Amino acid sequence: MKLLIKNARIIDPASGRDAKGDLYIADGKIAEEFSKAERTIDAKGLVVAPGFIDIAARLREPGNEYKATLESEMAAALAGGVTSLACPPDTDPPLDEPGLVDMLRRRAKALTKARVYPIGALTVKLEGQRLTEMAQLAETGCVAFSQGNAPLADTQVLWRALQYAATFGFPVWLRAEDIGLAKGGVAHDGEVATRLGLPGIPPFAETIALATILELVRTTRARVHICRLSTAGAVEMMRAAKREGLPVTCDVGIHHLHLCDNDLGYFDSNCRLAPPLRSQRDRDALARGLEDGTVDCACSDHTPVDEDGKHLPFAEAEPGATGLELLLPLTLKWGEARNLPLVKSLARITSDAARVLGVGSGKLAIGAPADVALFDPTATMRVSAESLKSQGKNTPFLGYELAGRVRATIVAGNIVHEA
Amino acid sequence: MQRNPQLNEAGELQHLLSIEGLPREILTQILDTAESFAGVTEREVKKVPLLRGKSVFNLFFEPSTRTRTTFEIAAKRLSADVINLNIAVSSQSKGESLLDTVANLSAMQADIFVVRHGSSGAPFLIARHVKPHEHVINAGDGRHAHPTQGLLDLFTIRHYKKDFSRLTVAIIGDVLHSHVARSLIHGLTTLGAQEVRVIGPQTLLPAGVEALGVKVFHDMREGLRDCDVVVMLRLQNERMGGALLPSAQEYFKSYGLTLDKLSAARKDAIVMHPGPMNRGVEIDSTVADGPHSVILPQVTFGIAVRMAVMSIVAGN
Repeated sequence: MKLLIKNARIIDPASGRDAKGDLYIADGKIAEEFSKAERTIDAKGLVVAPGFIDIAARLREPGNEYKATLESEMAAALAGGVTSLACPPDTDPPLDEPGLVDMLRRRAKALTKARVYPIGALTVKLEGQRLTEMAQLAETGCVAFSQGNAPLADTQVLWRALQYAATFGFPVWLRAEDIGLAKGGVAHDGEVATRLGLPGIPPFAETIALATILELVRTTRARVHICRLSTAGAVEMMRAAKREGLPVTCDVGIHHLHLCDNDLGYFDSNCRLAPPLRSQRDRDALARGLEDGTVDCACSDHTPVDEDGKHLPFAEAEPGATGLELLLPLTLKWGEARNLPLVKSLARITSDAARVLGVGSGKLAIGAPADVALFDPTATMRVSAESLKSQGKNTPFLGYELAGRVRATIVAGNIVHEA
Repeated sequence: MQRNPQLNEAGELQHLLSIEGLPREILTQILDTAESFAGVTEREVKKVPLLRGKSVFNLFFEPSTRTRTTFEIAAKRLSADVINLNIAVSSQSKGESLLDTVANLSAMQADIFVVRHGSSGAPFLIARHVKPHEHVINAGDGRHAHPTQGLLDLFTIRHYKKDFSRLTVAIIGDVLHSHVARSLIHGLTTLGAQEVRVIGPQTLLPAGVEALGVKVFHDMREGLRDCDVVVMLRLQNERMGGALLPSAQEYFKSYGLTLDKLSAARKDAIVMHPGPMNRGVEIDSTVADGPHSVILPQVTFGIAVRMAVMSIVAGN
């Protein structure tokens, strides 16, 4: 289909473009100007940007369909303008064999909605002992390998996994968390946890694990992406690692850009996240790190949890928050608080996320896949169980009024969502 | 931040979940009311009809015989019907959720839930889901709070020392795991105690505990110097011989309360303990049974304090 989006404010972070203009789409790609459009969208007052890329979204399939399904979460992705997403391997069973990955890819493809990039399991059953068949998993479409939130206790296994992955050039995505130091903890080890009587996870659980990983990157030269930084110390270490030239990238979850342990209030289980919400100082360091590029991109860390999983005492509640539909509003909120131009804020969920993920989308260049989001940057939405398409209604932002409403989402030239 | 969930719209005590955040006036009201009930417990007929026809459900998700018993006695002296539920061995093991359990009991016309739970914050969750006329009293949640214990400690201190403003109080031992310590610290700072100290090894003091308004000491004698009130905390067996402490013997050597160590405190200092005591671990028998000890009066006062709390929340 030939599609014309006219009168738009076109923002393409990859090229730095931010100008009024028309966008032409033909054969599923961004096209040169043409004369006869089959459909024209008047995008007056709207921003047209590359569709957002969420590098961490749990779709809960296979295994946890009562929490969410591919259908429900794809709808949430599109409602949030997300056109590509990477899903962590911590499904049930984990994505540790080619058959499972293939099934997920087929299921996702049949829905012809957002592009799904599976992250394969680094170890069998995520048990941290035996390596998965990475080369075969890569053939079925895994773009990286990860433990998800499952710990990898044995440093010997971690070292071998990085060596093996480096041999084939596979990226490895890791959470930095020392399993011994984090054991039993459910909140940032600080004043708030002390007051609430919650077992703490000290910030050095992250920095010690990160130091180990960085040392192994130095020796193996594996391409490593650090998932969900949560501490100021880790941001500083990543800054130094990049200066040193190590092949590392990292991301931050959108919740950690805005919230800190004070937001736990009276045991709000929607604030039970992994990693935990940390101090204001940590939050500010993360927000700054994302601005100066130390932190490469932001992601939603989308984790739909059913009511039963959250209607529990804080420590027993399942960690995670729904986030696909909040990726744009919370990224805009971060950019606005730091007075950033839109083109820079949007880079963190488009071109930068594409670079981390190693995919060709996330830009509006001629010939690029026509994955596009049209949104109104000033229109607000009130976050509520009813307004969220995701099956998970678990978010600390319930009741918030957030700016940034997606009006249309286009994947490969097809309009897949309109509101 | 949301309204303090234990207060109703008029600012009155709807539930008792934590001492933290309660205004001084409410704490004083509870202590004064307890004072008036202290007489009842000494009468021959130890009953008043304040809660006649009301049902008090003791919901104990973990066992605590003493706390449950004193709540039961307090409720009976107020003429309430008391139902004891030891959930640890009934529905939870059958997989029923916490809120389902509460909803079922609520359907049996409960008025007050007394909740003991191993997980911090559990009574807050219950309080958010009960009907408007129902009241929740926290009888100890994880490491977080044990407000009636904190109140009976305050009552005891007031009974022996009258005025809080010149008092130095030391709390000694396993503050990290103690809901008693947290509740007492909040109570003392709210009522204006001059100085609150915590004494213990680093492994048993939580991160940033100073932010609660306490001074930290690691040396017992130094911390006890010129104290008016000495509060010993129970050290549970499972804390010993792991990464937190090498052994009970070594703990007693450094932090066990002996007459010798107590001599650093003021001559008229009182010694308290929430019970049950581990003699020879955190406290020596010569102190526990000696003239400074007010450990048994604490238990007696505990009944009056719990009567006060139940009658106040039921009236709001």
